[in-house]
Amino acid sequence: MNWVKRIFARRRLDQELSEEMRGHVEELIEELVGQGMPRNEATAAARKRFGNLTLIQEDCREVWQWAVVDNLLLQVKLAGRRLWNSPGFAAAATLTLALGIGANVVVFSVLNALLLRPLDAPHPENVYLANHFVKEQPGWTAQSYRDYLDFRDRQQGFQGLAAYGFIRVGLSAGNSTIKSWGHSATGNYFDVLELQPATGRFFHASDEHGPGSAPFIVLSYDFWRRQFGQDPNVIGKTIELNRHPLTVIGVAPEGFHGIDPLFWPDYWLPMMGADEVTGSDDRPYRDHYFVMVFGRLKPGMTPQLANDDLNRIAMQMAKEDRKDDGLASRVVAPGFAGDANSPVKKGLLGMMLLAVLVLVAACSNLASIFAVRTGDRSGELAVRMAIGSSYWCILRELLIEALLVSLAGGLVGTLVANVLLRGLTHWPLYGDLPVHLLLAPDTRVYLIALALSVVSGLLFGLLPARKVWRTDPIQAIKSGALEVPSFRRFALRDLLLCVQIAVCTLLVTASLVAAMGIRRSLRVPLGFDAQGITLAMTDLGMAGYSGEAAVAVDKRLLEEAQHIPGVSAAAITDYVPLQGNGAAWFVYPEQTTEFLPSHMAFPAMTYLVSPGYFQAAGTRLLAGRDVSWHDDHTTPNVAIVNETFARKLFGSTSVVGRRFALWATARYEIAGVVQDGKYGSLDEPAQPAMFLPLAQGVGGVMSPSVALLVRSTLPPSQVMPELRRIATAVEPRAPFVLESWDDQVDRAMLVARAAATVLGIMGVLAAMLAITGIFGMASHSVSRRMREQGIRIALGAQRLQLMRSTLGRPLALFGMGLLLGLVLGWFTSQLLEHLVSFATPREPLVLIEAIVAMVVVEVVATVIPARRVLSADAAQLLREL
Amino acid sequence: MVEGNGEAEQRDLFRGALEMMILQSLRRQPMHGYALVQEIQQRSEDLLRVEEGSLYPALQRMLKAGLVEAEWKLSATKRRVRTYRITRNGTKHLEREVSKFTRMLEGITRVLAPGES
Repeated sequence: MNWVKRIFARRRLDQELSEEMRGHVEELIEELVGQGMPRNEATAAARKRFGNLTLIQEDCREVWQWAVVDNLLLQVKLAGRRLWNSPGFAAAATLTLALGIGANVVVFSVLNALLLRPLDAPHPENVYLANHFVKEQPGWTAQSYRDYLDFRDRQQGFQGLAAYGFIRVGLSAGNSTIKSWGHSATGNYFDVLELQPATGRFFHASDEHGPGSAPFIVLSYDFWRRQFGQDPNVIGKTIELNRHPLTVIGVAPEGFHGIDPLFWPDYWLPMMGADEVTGSDDRPYRDHYFVMVFGRLKPGMTPQLANDDLNRIAMQMAKEDRKDDGLASRVVAPGFAGDANSPVKKGLLGMMLLAVLVLVAACSNLASIFAVRTGDRSGELAVRMAIGSSYWCILRELLIEALLVSLAGGLVGTLVANVLLRGLTHWPLYGDLPVHLLLAPDTRVYLIALALSVVSGLLFGLLPARKVWRTDPIQAIKSGALEVPSFRRFALRDLLLCVQIAVCTLLVTASLVAAMGIRRSLRVPLGFDAQGITLAMTDLGMAGYSGEAAVAVDKRLLEEAQHIPGVSAAAITDYVPLQGNGAAWFVYPEQTTEFLPSHMAFPAMTYLVSPGYFQAAGTRLLAGRDVSWHDDHTTPNVAIVNETFARKLFGSTSVVGRRFALWATARYEIAGVVQDGKYGSLDEPAQPAMFLPLAQGVGGVMSPSVALLVRSTLPPSQVMPELRRIATAVEPRAPFVLESWDDQVDRAMLVARAAATVLGIMGVLAAMLAITGIFGMASHSVSRRMREQGIRIALGAQRLQLMRSTLGRPLALFGMGLLLGLVLGWFTSQLLEHLVSFATPREPLVLIEAIVAMVVVEVVATVIPARRVLSADAAQLLREL
Repeated sequence: MVEGNGEAEQRDLFRGALEMMILQSLRRQPMHGYALVQEIQQRSEDLLRVEEGSLYPALQRMLKAGLVEAEWKLSATKRRVRTYRITRNGTKHLEREVSKFTRMLEGITRVLAPGES
C-alpha cells in the first residue's frame, strides 16, 4: 500500500520539495552573480524568474492529492472537537452504540464458534459425516462398527471412510492417575483428514494387524502442552490407560480436536486396541451403536450422490443381515451447521436477530438525536450553504461526525465483548466432559464489528442528513431553523420512534418469556431431590476392575459411606441423571423372537442401581418394590421402570409382574414403577427409563462407572473430606471426582440461564433506549409548542386538552409501536422456542406482562414532559412571545 | 473550493511535450531540476525556456507515476541537490509518447502544408 506510506511521509516529502526549490533559486542567483550582477539585484531577478514559490509548491502538492487527505483530517479533527465539546452527548451516543455492537459481537462470536468455524483440517469443505441408523432417534448419530466396515468397503463416493468412538479411562503417566477422555479411531482416521502430526507420527491402516497389534497412542496438542509441557521427548514414552501400557507415537497438530464441535479429546488410540483398554468390545455386534463415521468426498462428488450410494449399499446390507432392516444413511456436514434441525443453530440465529434489532433500536435512537443536533446547528449550516458551501461538503461533515461516534462505539463494544468472551470460554459446560467453546474473536468477528459500526454510523448519520438535502437556504436563514414543516402527517422521526417502540416491545417480550421459562424450569419436577446430596464419581475400570469384582468394591464403598456422621442415606448408581452421560438400551416387547433393531419398542435410559437408590435420591416408588442385594446373577432379572416406560410399552402404569426383553437371553420382570424424571436435559420430553440391580448388570454386562450418592443434613463442604477419605481408603488407584448434585443440576441449566440472561440484558437495553427515545420525542414536542400552549391556557383551555395536544402524538406513536411489537412477538414465537423452554410469547400472561412493562416505560418517559405542560404559567409564556 | 488550476500551466508548452523533453534529458544522464532547465534551454538553442512553475509539478507527477526516481546527491558545484533518474517504466513511456508525438506531428505538418489541389 504505497499511498498509505505516502500519506504518512507527506511532511518529509513536503520539506524535501521546498529544499529542492530553494536550492534551485540559489543556483540561479549564483549564476547571475557569476555573470556580474550585484548579489541583491541577482536575488530579486532570480525570485522573479522562478515565479511564486508557494504557488508552485501548492501545485506540486496537488499532484500528490495531499489536499484531499489534509482536508479529511481537518474535518475529522473538527468533528472530534465538536464531540469533545458536548461530552454528555458523545458519551451517551458512544455507550448506546457500544452496547448495541457489543451485544452483536458476543452473539456473533458464539455463532461463529459453533456454526461457521471450519474443521481444523486441510480442505474442511470436503469432509462429511455419514450417519446411518435403523430407527432414527433425535440426537442419535452413533452407529455399529460392523455396518461401518460394510459401508467402508463398498462405498464409492468417498476417498475413504473413517470411524471413531469415545472412551473415558484412567490415564496414568508417572504415578498419578487422572480421568481423561479420548477417541478410539480407525487406522485411516488421520489419513482421511489429511493431517500431519505436530511431532512424531500418526497410526495408519497398515498398522492394524488384528487385536493388540497397535499399542499406540497419539496425544492432542492441548493435552501435550498441559500434561507434558510440550516436551518433544514424549515420543516413545509409555502412558497407561486403565493400567494398560501404550506407546506415545505422535502429537496431533495444534488446534485440531476431532470432528465434534465442542469435544476436546486428550488422545486418539487405534480402535483395534481399544477393547483391551476399556475391557469391553462392542465391535462384533451389528446392533451396538458406538462409532461415528465420516469421510472425505472424492473430487466432483456431491454429498447427495454419496448419500444415494450409501443408501443403495444399506438396502443390500438389509438383505444380507436382518439386523440391518430399515437401515438408512444421511450424509451431513459436521458440526451444528450440518444439522438443519439443530435447536442450537436455530436458537443462535434467533438470538442474532434479536441482537441486530437492539442495534437497529440504538441506531434509530441516535438518528433522532443527530436530527435534533442538526436542527440546532441549522442557522450555521444555512449561512454556510448561502455562501456557497456544497451539500456534499455539509453532508460529509455530518457523516464524519456520525462515523466517529460509531467507530468509537464499535471499539468500546468490541473491547467489552472481548473480555466477556474470554470469560465465557472457560465455562464448564458439562461436568467432567472435556467440552470447550473456542470463543476468542477471530478476524471474521472483528470485520463484522467494523462493518456494523460503519453501517450503523452511515444509517443514523444519513437519516438526519436528508433534512439538509431538502433545505432551502433562504428559508433557513430567515427562520433560523432547518425545521421541516411540522404537522406533516408522518415525519421520519415518528417512524423512527415507532420502530424503536416496536423493537423494544419485541425484546421486552423476549426477555419476559426467558424469565418465565427460567422460573418454570426451576419448578420442573426432576424426579429426584438433588438438595443435600454429595456425589463421589469414578470409573473402576481405571483401577483395573471389571465385572463382579467391581460390585464388591461398590458394596465396600456403600458400607463405609453409611458410617459417615450425618449421613441419612447412601446408594450407588452407575450414572447420575442430568450429568451429560449415561447408557441407553433397546427395549423389546416380551414376545419378540427376532431381536432386530427395527423391531424394538424404544431405547430406554438405563441405570444400574444399588438397593436404597430411590430413597437416597428422593425418587418416589409408585408401585412394587425396590431392588435388593438378593437380585443377582443367581435370581431372575428384575427391573424398576418409570411411568413413561410403562405407559409406552403397556399403555398403563400398573405393570408390576409384566415382562420385557433387551435381547434373547436378557429377559426382565418388572418389580416396581417409579415416577418420571429428567435424565438428559431439563427440557426433554418424558423419556422412558429403567433401573436395574447393580449385581445383575444389564443382562450380565456390568458397568465400571460408579457414582456414590450420599444424603446428609450437613453441607457438602463438610461431607466431602470424609467422603474423599473413605473413597481413597477403599480404592486408592481410582481417581474420584467429588461434587454436590445441586451444582451438577445447576450446570445442566447453565445454557438456558445464559440465554435468559442475554435476553434479559437485551430487554433492559431496549427498554432504556425506548425511554430515552420517547422522552426525547415528548420533550421536543412540548418545548416546540410551549408558546402555543400559553395562548391556549390564556384562552381557557383545560389541562386535559393541553395534554392531548402536546402528548397525543407521542402517545399515538407509542400505541402503534406497541401493537406492532406484540404482533411481531406473536409471529416470532417459533424463534424463541429454540432459545427458551417452558414458555412462549403466545401466553396471555406474557402478553399482559409485556404490555404492563411497556406502559411503565411510556409513563416513565413522559412524566417529566407532562409535568412541564401542566405547570405551564400562561402569563410568563405569553410574555416571552 | 478552488479547483482545476492545473489548466493554467499550459502557457508555453503542452504537458506531454514537457514530460517528453524531461525524460529524454534524463535518459542521457541523471540530473537535478536546475540542470534540467539549463539542458533544455541549451539543447533547444534558446528556443525553449522551461518555466520552473511547470517543471516541478511535472517532476512530481512523473515521480508519482514511477517514470522517474529521485535521490539526494552532491552536484558538481558541491551543492546538495535532488537528482532525478529515469526508470525502466519511464523509458518505455518515453518511447511510446515519442512515437505517438512523431505521428501526430507528421499529421499536423501534412495538414498545414500548402495545398497542391
